[in-house]
Amino acid sequence: MVTYFIRRLFWLFPVLLTVSLVTFIIMRSAPGGPWDTDSERRQVDASTTKSLNAYYGLDKPLWRQFTAYVFGDTNDVSHKFVCGMVCGNLGPSYRQRGRSVQNILFEAPPQQTFWQSRFGYSLRLGVAALAFAIIFGIPIGMMAALKQNTAWDYFGLFIATSGISVPSFVLAIFLIIIFGSWLHWIDIIVDNWIELKYWIMPATVLGFGTMAFTARLTRSAMLEVLRQDYVRTARSKGVAEQFVVLRHMLKNALIPIVTILGPALAGLVTGSFIIETMFSFPGMGRAYVQAISQRDYSMIMGTTVVYALLVAVANLSVDLVYVFIDPRIRLEE
Amino acid sequence: MAVQTVQNNKVAELDIFRPSRSLGAEAWSRLIRNKAAVTGLIIITIFTFIAIFASVIAPENPLQINAGKRFLPPPFFKGSTNIKSESQFLLGTDSLGRDVLSRVIYGARISMVVGFIPTFIILMMGTFIGMIAGYVGGRLDNILMRLTDVIYAFPDLLFFIIVMVALRESFIGRLMNGLILLFAALAIVNWVGVARLIRGQVLSLKEKEFVEAARCIGATDFRIMFRHILPNSLGPLIVSAAFSIPGLIITEAILGYLGVGLRPSTNPADIFITSWGVLMLDGQSAINAQPFLLLSPAICVALVVLAFTFLGDGLRDALDPRMRGTQ
Repeated sequence: MVTYFIRRLFWLFPVLLTVSLVTFIIMRSAPGGPWDTDSERRQVDASTTKSLNAYYGLDKPLWRQFTAYVFGDTNDVSHKFVCGMVCGNLGPSYRQRGRSVQNILFEAPPQQTFWQSRFGYSLRLGVAALAFAIIFGIPIGMMAALKQNTAWDYFGLFIATSGISVPSFVLAIFLIIIFGSWLHWIDIIVDNWIELKYWIMPATVLGFGTMAFTARLTRSAMLEVLRQDYVRTARSKGVAEQFVVLRHMLKNALIPIVTILGPALAGLVTGSFIIETMFSFPGMGRAYVQAISQRDYSMIMGTTVVYALLVAVANLSVDLVYVFIDPRIRLEE
Repeated sequence: MAVQTVQNNKVAELDIFRPSRSLGAEAWSRLIRNKAAVTGLIIITIFTFIAIFASVIAPENPLQINAGKRFLPPPFFKGSTNIKSESQFLLGTDSLGRDVLSRVIYGARISMVVGFIPTFIILMMGTFIGMIAGYVGGRLDNILMRLTDVIYAFPDLLFFIIVMVALRESFIGRLMNGLILLFAALAIVNWVGVARLIRGQVLSLKEKEFVEAARCIGATDFRIMFRHILPNSLGPLIVSAAFSIPGLIITEAILGYLGVGLRPSTNPADIFITSWGVLMLDGQSAINAQPFLLLSPAICVALVVLAFTFLGDGLRDALDPRMRGTQ
């Protein structure tokens, strides 16, 4: 068991290495570079570009730039070894001078907490979306299963099917136009994300697909549990209906749902950049989209690797959680 | 007694004279009894017709720029501004005064093509690789499956964005306004799911008696793979195709909406002029005055995607009745 997980953990390294290599190759085959225009969108002259390239080591051979980014290299100026990605150093940002990528992603502006950092914002939005998904998804799935083949069931199934298939940004368009433009219930353009009410829309939109998935999963798990012998036994010995439903049925039906929570959260945190762009949300996804258009190489590399790591760890956590939750499962050594 | 005999005879008659039907016909009859699946099928057919005959159906020229008629609201809608709508433009006009309805109709072309062609490539690649991995096994299987692990770990939308931005100006990025590049990017990521599915099928099927029998009479590996195992895993393959199409349509719309999708065409000779994602990007700037520039492509995407999901659900129930209601 333990060796299995250690092996899986070690397997993360080649995966992340390949991910960064692929990103590096595609990124560098793109025309243009980080110094095409300066912050005022003026053209940068050739001598400045040359000295910038030398300063950031972009004049070295490509393979050396890659190993320098991933493993580290000696600095030409101070002649000291600077450790790369393997030490958690994601490199200096080329567009936000003086800040490193890990600084941009994980550190908040002065006098603010971690939660105000790019990653903190995305994480909070992901948690809010997941909370929405669970709070609405599980009851909808339960109702649909307990009242199978009634209007409740069809309503739940309709929500589930449409939620799974209709993409979140299309849903966002509908909600923004209806509630923002026509009914004026919410502000379309928000510049402070301190007030809680502004979080409702992006969290709902982001979490809707997961909510639908949770509802569908709950329904099918409940339907399976519904016909189990121990449920009939509980009923026949006179256990009150709400205890049968909550203790005997729901508790067992929740097993598959608990296991998807990790990947669901990772999916919500990493998959939110279109929603972040739509709502001008100050999270990681929007920073990433900007970095791509600005050719901020280290920012693109760093964020991609952080995303890939999140997804990989979340997938690993599923297997781990399974073993703890369901004693029937044994993993091969 | 007599009554029972008559009944028995009837049952016997029914059983004997029931015409034999192939598996496909059996599945088809189950499919068309499913109302949701039939609705989905009808919607898909309608949109396919719209896509093919866009040039006949579109009331206006989708490239005709009408100066001074920017963001006209549709006749049935009163926008926040007091711009007078014109009855000629049923869904209003866009940022250059072009007819929205015609552009949405032309947009169907790209969405349908992006749904179908990469799915075909994905099925081919995935089936071939999954089949080899599952059948040959051993080290080759290991290498191929580790490759799929890596592709799984790569956040796919990020991959599409990087590829589309990076190779936009390259040779392949210019072919058909970037459509070929989009197909390639979509196919490279999505064959993984199909390959895993087929591999699993092959692993369980290759131990079955009919494969053993085929081997006994001296069938070649190639024949066993493609004449015995493949037809038996067609069901899950068809279902996964039906679910892959809406995913691809959504991806194209997202990329278009982020401004990294296909480049809009101004050449009237082009078959593919604009896509729903690009239209939505355009519509975002006039959300109050002309919301239908944003709404109509969004509704189309939602409709098509829902239709494919209903059809996919129906197909799964029809092709494998044991799966009914479990998902």
